Amino acid sequence: MAQYSWPKRGTASLIGTEQDRIDGLPKATGMAKYAYDINAPEMLFAKLLGSPHAHCRIKSIDTSAAEKVRGVKAVKTMKEPGNEIRWQGDHIACVAAESEGAAAEGVAAIKVDYELLDVFVNEEDLEAAERAGRAQPLKPDIKTPNEPGDDDDEDEFYNMEFDRLFSEAAVVVEGYYGVPVISHMCLEPHGSTCEWNSDKLLAHLSTQNVSGTASQFGDPLGITADDVTVHCDYIGGGFGSKFAADAWGVIAAQIAKETGRPVKLMLDRDLELKIAGIRPSGFIKVKAGADSEGKVTVWDSRHWGTAGPGAPGNVGHGIIPYVFNPPSIRRQQIPILTDTGPHRAWRAPGHPQACAMSQTAYDDIAAKLGIDSYDVFLRNLPKPSTPEQAHRDEIYRGEMEVAARLMDWKAKWHPHGKGNAKGSIVTGLGMALHTWGGSAHNSTCIIKVHPDGGVETFLGSQDLGPGTRTVIAMVVAETFGLPISAVKVNIGSSRYPASGPSGGSTTVGGVSESNRRGSQDALEQLFALVAKKLQVEPASLEAKKGRIQVQGEPSKGLSWKEACSLLGMKPLEVQGKYERGAEPSPLSSIQVGGVQMAEVAVDRDTGVVKMKKYVAVQDMGLIINRKTAASQIYGAVIMGIAYALFEERIMDPKTGAYVNCETGDYKLARLGDVGEIVVELYEPDSEYKRGVVGLGEPPVISPGAAISNAVANALGVRVPVLPLTPKRVLEALEEGRA
Amino acid sequence: MQDHEHLERHQPGFSRRAFLRGSGAAAAATALATGPGVAEADEQKTKVVGPGPTKIKLTVNGKPHDLEVEPRMTLLEALRYKLDLTGAKPVSDDGSSGASTVIIDGKPLSAESTLAIDCVNKKIQTVESLGGSKPDPVAKAFVHQDAMQCGFCTPGFVVAVRHFLDKHPKATEAEIRAGLNGNLCRCGTYANVIMAALEVVKGGK
Repeated sequence: MAQYSWPKRGTASLIGTEQDRIDGLPKATGMAKYAYDINAPEMLFAKLLGSPHAHCRIKSIDTSAAEKVRGVKAVKTMKEPGNEIRWQGDHIACVAAESEGAAAEGVAAIKVDYELLDVFVNEEDLEAAERAGRAQPLKPDIKTPNEPGDDDDEDEFYNMEFDRLFSEAAVVVEGYYGVPVISHMCLEPHGSTCEWNSDKLLAHLSTQNVSGTASQFGDPLGITADDVTVHCDYIGGGFGSKFAADAWGVIAAQIAKETGRPVKLMLDRDLELKIAGIRPSGFIKVKAGADSEGKVTVWDSRHWGTAGPGAPGNVGHGIIPYVFNPPSIRRQQIPILTDTGPHRAWRAPGHPQACAMSQTAYDDIAAKLGIDSYDVFLRNLPKPSTPEQAHRDEIYRGEMEVAARLMDWKAKWHPHGKGNAKGSIVTGLGMALHTWGGSAHNSTCIIKVHPDGGVETFLGSQDLGPGTRTVIAMVVAETFGLPISAVKVNIGSSRYPASGPSGGSTTVGGVSESNRRGSQDALEQLFALVAKKLQVEPASLEAKKGRIQVQGEPSKGLSWKEACSLLGMKPLEVQGKYERGAEPSPLSSIQVGGVQMAEVAVDRDTGVVKMKKYVAVQDMGLIINRKTAASQIYGAVIMGIAYALFEERIMDPKTGAYVNCETGDYKLARLGDVGEIVVELYEPDSEYKRGVVGLGEPPVISPGAAISNAVANALGVRVPVLPLTPKRVLEALEEGRA
Repeated sequence: MQDHEHLERHQPGFSRRAFLRGSGAAAAATALATGPGVAEADEQKTKVVGPGPTKIKLTVNGKPHDLEVEPRMTLLEALRYKLDLTGAKPVSDDGSSGASTVIIDGKPLSAESTLAIDCVNKKIQTVESLGGSKPDPVAKAFVHQDAMQCGFCTPGFVVAVRHFLDKHPKATEAEIRAGLNGNLCRCGTYANVIMAALEVVKGGK
């Protein structure tokens, strides 16, 4: 077995270069087929009836009128009389018809009687939640240098201890910060096109989990996963919300089976926002004390938020305060149960909210002391606490220096609220930093080398957007010394060897692991054949520029095609397998971070915040494709600008209705809103040596805090809750004047 | 904002306001055609069709097609389900996403908020016409600048950029930032789209 490794830095021909994505043209010209785009002959169109009420009980369902609608072929109920509904939009029935219009007409003709129940959706108001019995406080998590003795009353001891710690602090700030719920808002909604061939199901599913969803169809349909093929060549956004087949996937398959016709069921936009995934909210009341230089010594906070109606899924207390680790902490997490759609993982679960709920308080300490936020962040950098965190403070320091240079921070900095105004416009700077794991997921691939020189790889992975296909092609081509175009990448089918779901920044690491391992092993077998032919030692060979040759001697070797012809009649098939274990891998690693800085201009008269410049410095271990890596950071920053300035779920407090659940009402950043964005891939030798670490989540974490801090720096007043809409900015200014 | 107004005033060929007006009118038409009382309202002026399917001819990317559509069927549904042209994407119903942008008689419109029966005798150009063996420079620039991630918004964006640059072949970065706000992207590819548009401007076409 080969010794798995990456090429020494500076020797790679592809790894670490900028490469166009290999599926770029199909995507740009509309030829790429998403689940929504699969059209099967005789296909029916299905739509769901979602509950119009947030909290109710179904008294009766009458589908008779719907069944008579012209073009309707099937009506199936998905709930029964007596069932309780806990969020608006929850699926009640499904109609399949000859056209989308007919299906919509069918849905509208279903008559349901509801018994309305009490509604609670206003999770920002902690006292209201407590009154309504919807707050479920967890036990406070406390860390102090002094601990209570056996005879001490714990609460009393800690109250006194925290009072003492705060009295010793040079400065104390008390703040309130918040981040409301946002929806995933995948542009391709959740759904599938399902077709049967006798007793076998082919589900074209929009999924970030190609290898893990077949059995989710199999179980409820009374078949086993071997009779299910999940297929997804392209997915139009997932962000953590598309790991499951979902009830609406299963019902589509069921109706397809019963009608004998393929069925397409993609969620309507309003249902996509209501039921297919939200990011939990987070609101916090903080008291923090620091020394005269801004080093935080004590942190005391209560934070709450909702993940929907079910189990506590709001931001965990373990990441409060975010990244920083003061010596004394008391933090309490309070999940609020609301009659709203359930949460799903949203890019870096918990982290963006935690960052925006706590690094804002650190910035307020700088404001109160009148010192540079940069210095406060620097003084609070955490000391490494785990082996994975080793050198993390050094990396942050290095990244802060790079970011400050790119932003021209020192020259632009002014104390909070003390900048020069141009008319009603004031500018400000803010920063934040973040952390993420990003270890590789388990991944298996088959590398196939054909006797005519053709190269393929097969794995049940998916491309959520980071350019997974291109990364795979680069890894295999690098190993074989071939151009990228020589490698055919086959992903997107559950028929291929299993590879992990794309979540938690694990995919590029995982697929790089399996494909590097598989191709290194395959190359070793080819080397053995070539060595025999050339009468040299296999260890003396290299694969370079389309040849297998004695190292440094291109004349002593064979072309790739000649080398492969030594395989005889049968292709060489080698499995590449990576399983996350206790031992560190030479190819991938865990733990990344990054530093981001925002410069904004705020109009004090209108409350409008505009992005001037944004700098994102990000480490990610060894970088495979610099072009797509940079794109992911640009994208994360823009997604961050969206939740910092524009987007939020707005609920009607009386009815629990999702008010802005259409594309035109759910405000996101547009092209003209993003300002200048500077991305820097931070990859010193120490990073390159660590191997691949995932990138998907980390750069989306900091923007909320960085932009909020920049606005606070501009105004001299904190706008406590994101997104920083004109209304909130003007309210904060009003309050600041009062 | 100034840039935007500048564009509208001096280069009347493209205007986001006109674009929005266009899709708004189409959305209203959708509501009328599918709402109650449509027959009475329309009877006096035009021939009544439907509610059953009706035969129409559409000219898409220079090719005529005979198809049978329900009067309520949008152009987007007709393109996707009758002609299997799935480049234009269903993201919104009201034209607010730009994902279904097609060019109708030289104007960018949202196919999702345009009825198929309203497109008879009009020239429809879809993103597919920018592909093939000789892809359009805009599509190539999108690839080169990596102006896509999941890619679901990309075809609509490519059509919008193509049309914008046809009208403003020498657009500045400020004009690009002001003039391409009709398309929504969730992955956040705007920075790359700006670079792609600039690349095409610099390339001359």
